[in-house]
Amino acid sequence: MTDTAHGHGEEGETRRDFLALAGAALGAAGAGLAIWPLIDSMNPSKDVLALSSIEVDIKPIALGQRITVKWRGKPVFIDHRTPEQISKASATPMADLKDPQADKARVKKPEWLVMVGVCTHLGCVPLGQKVGQPRGDYGGWFCPCHGSHYDTSGRIRKGPAPKNLEVPAYSFLNDTTLRIG
Amino acid sequence: MSAPSQSQGPIVRWIDERLPIFTFMHHEMHEYPTPKNLNYWWNFGSLAGIVLVIMIATGIFLAMNYTPHVDMAFNSVERIMRDVNYGWLIRYVHMNGASMFFLVVYIHIFRGLYYGSYKPPRELLWWLGLVILLLMMATAFMGYVLPWGQMSFWGATVITNLFSAIPGVGEPIVTWLWGGFAVDNPTLQRFFSLHYLLPFVIVGVVVLHLVALHTHGSNNPLGIDAKSDKDTIPFHPYYTVKDSFGLAVFLILYMAFVFYAPNALGEAENYVPANPLQTPAEIVPEWYLLPFYAILRSIPDKLGGVIAMFGAIFVLFLLPWLDSSKVRSAKFRPIYKQVFWIFLADCVVLGWAGAQKPEGSALLIGQLATAYYFFHLLILLPLLGKFEKTRPLPQSISEPVLKS
Repeated sequence: MTDTAHGHGEEGETRRDFLALAGAALGAAGAGLAIWPLIDSMNPSKDVLALSSIEVDIKPIALGQRITVKWRGKPVFIDHRTPEQISKASATPMADLKDPQADKARVKKPEWLVMVGVCTHLGCVPLGQKVGQPRGDYGGWFCPCHGSHYDTSGRIRKGPAPKNLEVPAYSFLNDTTLRIG
Repeated sequence: MSAPSQSQGPIVRWIDERLPIFTFMHHEMHEYPTPKNLNYWWNFGSLAGIVLVIMIATGIFLAMNYTPHVDMAFNSVERIMRDVNYGWLIRYVHMNGASMFFLVVYIHIFRGLYYGSYKPPRELLWWLGLVILLLMMATAFMGYVLPWGQMSFWGATVITNLFSAIPGVGEPIVTWLWGGFAVDNPTLQRFFSLHYLLPFVIVGVVVLHLVALHTHGSNNPLGIDAKSDKDTIPFHPYYTVKDSFGLAVFLILYMAFVFYAPNALGEAENYVPANPLQTPAEIVPEWYLLPFYAILRSIPDKLGGVIAMFGAIFVLFLLPWLDSSKVRSAKFRPIYKQVFWIFLADCVVLGWAGAQKPEGSALLIGQLATAYYFFHLLILLPLLGKFEKTRPLPQSISEPVLKS
């Protein structure tokens, strides 16, 4: 083949370079698009997402009692708080908190504290749900893995965890039924 | 010794003319010139290769009987232990093989540290070795999850949560790793898939490691290059014999664990089926990951701890440039020779600290050991290269032998 066959004499090289670059770029974009379904297949599937809400009968939970339910494969703590626990939580000054959040902002009804029972450090389940378990220095929960202390509002007070225990989306369907998710 | 194309029979010759596999093997495994002064610390590379083969072989047979499902995984492993013919043996060989693999590889790495095997022209050889170490850690971690005991589940939870420390995208990444909102069936199934895949990736990197090794040949206890034929001997039979003897000694230790103390290196807690609602009183990784776990916990900040832990391996990639001394072997470096042992002791202390509850004096000792780990690599080694007075190197590998 002669240079004139490419149309532009000695500039044929430039045109070929352009085509090669454009072709490579298109190929890379195509490979990227082809990989996406593989990557996304590892995200939560529809059947996993479908199991995303549960209803809990809270009538049998006595004052001061804490129960654990399973939601999305994780424990959810439901705490029927006593007036002392509530006043202790709401009396805490914001300056003492690592992740400042008012107790009011963490509950819908002050006597019911609902949280995901997963330590925000590395995902262990904190102790304090059962009678006799350690509740940490602030009367809430204590994570045995790396020593994080949570208060009666589930807020981080001491230890390596960066955030307060997460409050999931929930609502009270009526006085005795709680819907999580 | 002559090449196979002359000495072998007609079939071998016919094949070799078309696919020179016999010439290649003769060249790389038979006549391959090797420094004649290698000591027993040079056995651990081939030992690691043999353990890799044992792990893949036993793993293939375990996979024939294992079921990667949260409801069946634990029981399928128990079935392997009780009902499958020799299942107990295959599993114990595989389980203890992981510990032996790390033991051998750690010795191999410290051999490299003592004799300066990471220095030019072997930097990429060192890097490939570190890549193998990282792949081994990922493979071992995912393999540990498969029996779906309490330690499997909570180990998986803690380690995958490390990624949630990444600012901004941490949470979506962890959800993606899990395939759900907690460690669950999708997590177990993908870990099984990857646990089967990664060993073959390791084989690939081992091949690259060997290509890089054979390009310049082995380092040796004197740390000087082989200069003539007088300094080397053919790999076979001299080192095949030496490696075989080392293998026999190593197998005594390995099989002593398999037959007499198969669970000594494991956690009893992992014979309790996984319970997502209850964290065990203490989560401890297997012994070979404890030093890194200690580094993770010694920083009282989530992101900081994760960075320090990954940084502990990353700085090893920089080692060929951090250690600026031109002399390879610690034999001729009077100060490095001593700080090497302090560094080794420091790593053992880190391992001890990783096994303790992170509070009080154990936490403090872990923090000091972490600080020293980085001090040794980032400050001490660059300074030593400048100020250490090294001893004179011999002219050749043969010289010290011929003189005496």
